[in-house]
Amino acid sequence: MPHLTTIYKEKKGVAYRELIKNFEKIRSYMRDFYIYGFKSRGSYTEKSLRSYDDEKRRIESWLGDYMSFRWTESGKTVFLSVDSRQPRGNPLFRAWKSKSFTDSDITLHFIISDIFYDCSAAYSCGELLQIIEADYLSRFDNLTYFDQSTLRKKLKEYVGCGILSERKSGNKILYSRTKDPYICLDYSMLSFFSEIAPCGVIGSFILDKLPAEQQVFTFKHHYITQTLDSEILLALLQCISKKGMAEIEIDGRRSKHPNVLRIVPIKIFISVQNGRQYVIAYTGGFVLQSYRIDRIKSVKFCGEIENHEKYLSDFAIKRRHMWGASVRTGKVEHIEFTVNTEDGEEYIYRRLMREKRIGEVHRLGKNKYVFSADVYDSTEMIPWIRTFICRIEDIKADNYAVVRSIKQDFNAMYDMYCGGGDDIQ
Amino acid sequence: MIFSELYGTYYRAVAEILKQAVNGTLTEKPMIEIVQRRAFSESVTEICNSLKSGKWQLILPDYTTLLKHEPEDRLTMLEKRWLKTILADKRIRLFGVKIDLPDVQPLFDLADIEYFDKYGDGDDFESIEYIKNFTLILQAIKDKYPLQIDIPDRKGQLMRIRAVPEHLEYSEKDDKFRLYVRGAGVKAVNIGKIISVKRYNGSNLRKSYSERHEECAVLEITDERNSLERCLFHFAHFKKEVEQIADNRYRAKIFYDAGDESEMVIRILSFGPMVKAVGSERLVNLIKERLKRQKKLWTE
Repeated sequence: MPHLTTIYKEKKGVAYRELIKNFEKIRSYMRDFYIYGFKSRGSYTEKSLRSYDDEKRRIESWLGDYMSFRWTESGKTVFLSVDSRQPRGNPLFRAWKSKSFTDSDITLHFIISDIFYDCSAAYSCGELLQIIEADYLSRFDNLTYFDQSTLRKKLKEYVGCGILSERKSGNKILYSRTKDPYICLDYSMLSFFSEIAPCGVIGSFILDKLPAEQQVFTFKHHYITQTLDSEILLALLQCISKKGMAEIEIDGRRSKHPNVLRIVPIKIFISVQNGRQYVIAYTGGFVLQSYRIDRIKSVKFCGEIENHEKYLSDFAIKRRHMWGASVRTGKVEHIEFTVNTEDGEEYIYRRLMREKRIGEVHRLGKNKYVFSADVYDSTEMIPWIRTFICRIEDIKADNYAVVRSIKQDFNAMYDMYCGGGDDIQ
Repeated sequence: MIFSELYGTYYRAVAEILKQAVNGTLTEKPMIEIVQRRAFSESVTEICNSLKSGKWQLILPDYTTLLKHEPEDRLTMLEKRWLKTILADKRIRLFGVKIDLPDVQPLFDLADIEYFDKYGDGDDFESIEYIKNFTLILQAIKDKYPLQIDIPDRKGQLMRIRAVPEHLEYSEKDDKFRLYVRGAGVKAVNIGKIISVKRYNGSNLRKSYSERHEECAVLEITDERNSLERCLFHFAHFKKEVEQIADNRYRAKIFYDAGDESEMVIRILSFGPMVKAVGSERLVNLIKERLKRQKKLWTE
């Protein structure tokens, strides 16, 4: 019976549900299906095959219209195929809307909201319990009784979410509805920012409350998997705002077990060219490091720290020599390369100007430009320099390994595409 | 907390069902239709059975409810704080929205985020002229009326386009908006280059327009120096198919817009010898041509 949501597994007695309690459980599977998309069932060895089957089924239930399958020699592979230029909004947001809940959660949610429709209503927990039983539940044959502690927990939760407020009256705590500010929500604005702003999934929650309108925007160079890291990103950003220290649990690259580190996060670096997000942070001994946010599994705020300014001012100095997210901050390395253009190729100069993040561009002649910079890690610039292949006249670098690598790689590419020839030294 | 049932698909579907129940129009058919439209593909049984059986004590067997009011779509503090945060983004002015949240703290500070490889010549979102043009274009897309746009061509000569605006495309890398149109000789125009735009009341529009033409790049990736991960992350935003063809070798088909061919060439080149284009023939030839020109530069 494929459409039954709850299927009791006879062996363990654990029921499959399409909703989940823990988002972390699904995060890596979604990324694997979307980014890689070539792994077969047998390649998922970290967890049980049953776990793989359940997660795959869930993702299929949420994102069926984007899931594709292929048979290969190693078995059936599952992948998510999404063209981010299609005007349909980020489909991965659906995963954030799959949190499980109890029967009491949903019942109380709608009844409490109904009671507090009246802006002047103010009730204690006990009074609310009586109203709920008398006015809402008494007509049901299988009447459910809620105890005060369940209700009080729910009320506290809603106070935390800003839906209700609480005030003391004598020896009672009275709950009432919070005041709603007048906000004119614009569908286009929300659909734009929900895609491009950090934690944009929150914008999509708001969009869900509005009548659907025409999608006006499409997005190019749009990395939709960033949404899977929203809670981690938010926790780090809030730690930065509070000028604090955080304990992070991060996937070890070589070990199966996550590493636990204490860091002072300073900045979030986001790449719009490959979608990776990093937290730039200081670790013990005042060492600057960067960590990929998709590898962080949890973030715990550990309190404010003194002398936060000293971290900021040190970073401001180092930032001037960082090309990307690499924070190898030893000696600064000088690098420069010259590009030749032809008449009518002024766009190459414009390319250099808009794509250089640091450094300078100088015109050497009518059709010749030189880019130069002093960076901590000149190896980071290699992919960018390669994009000028066919125009590079000369490269000079303090770190000669960079020049050697570019030339060796060029020789390999030339052999690969055009057959053998004399190597460039 | 972002991951909460309050924002969940089930709650949204049940809220819509309850709206009908409060209005006395609910029966089984609309209930199933709402769940199919709003929730996940396997949600129908769970939601409908839970409501009908009284597991969730919200709807009586006759599809009425004891709720007195339609469920409201109120904003939580998390949502208000996120809104407050994006109010600090300079692009908010493009939408002419006036949201005042005086007692709400931003969720985070946008200044703590750096898009470190974004191109430096993005659109001037704070220019009054840009905002005026953007606002008019946005309205024209929504109301589906044609526009007359004056824009310089590649040689800097004034070009006049009369076209129906279709949609706006935003590139996070370029930090620019492009307007896609139909009924003109061009497919898209950069908003930042527009000299003037106004509503066009005539009917002199071309009937044909260029459709988006998709091309496929076939890449062979050798997984050394973490190149598989780097490459698949880099091309993640395209529709793609990946398969393993040998121990550390993979083949990826990347589907891209034909208009982005030059960009695709340089993106492939940026990976060096770890990524080899084996298709299309045209794409491979463009790469070969660049390599030969480079070889000539270094051997002359």
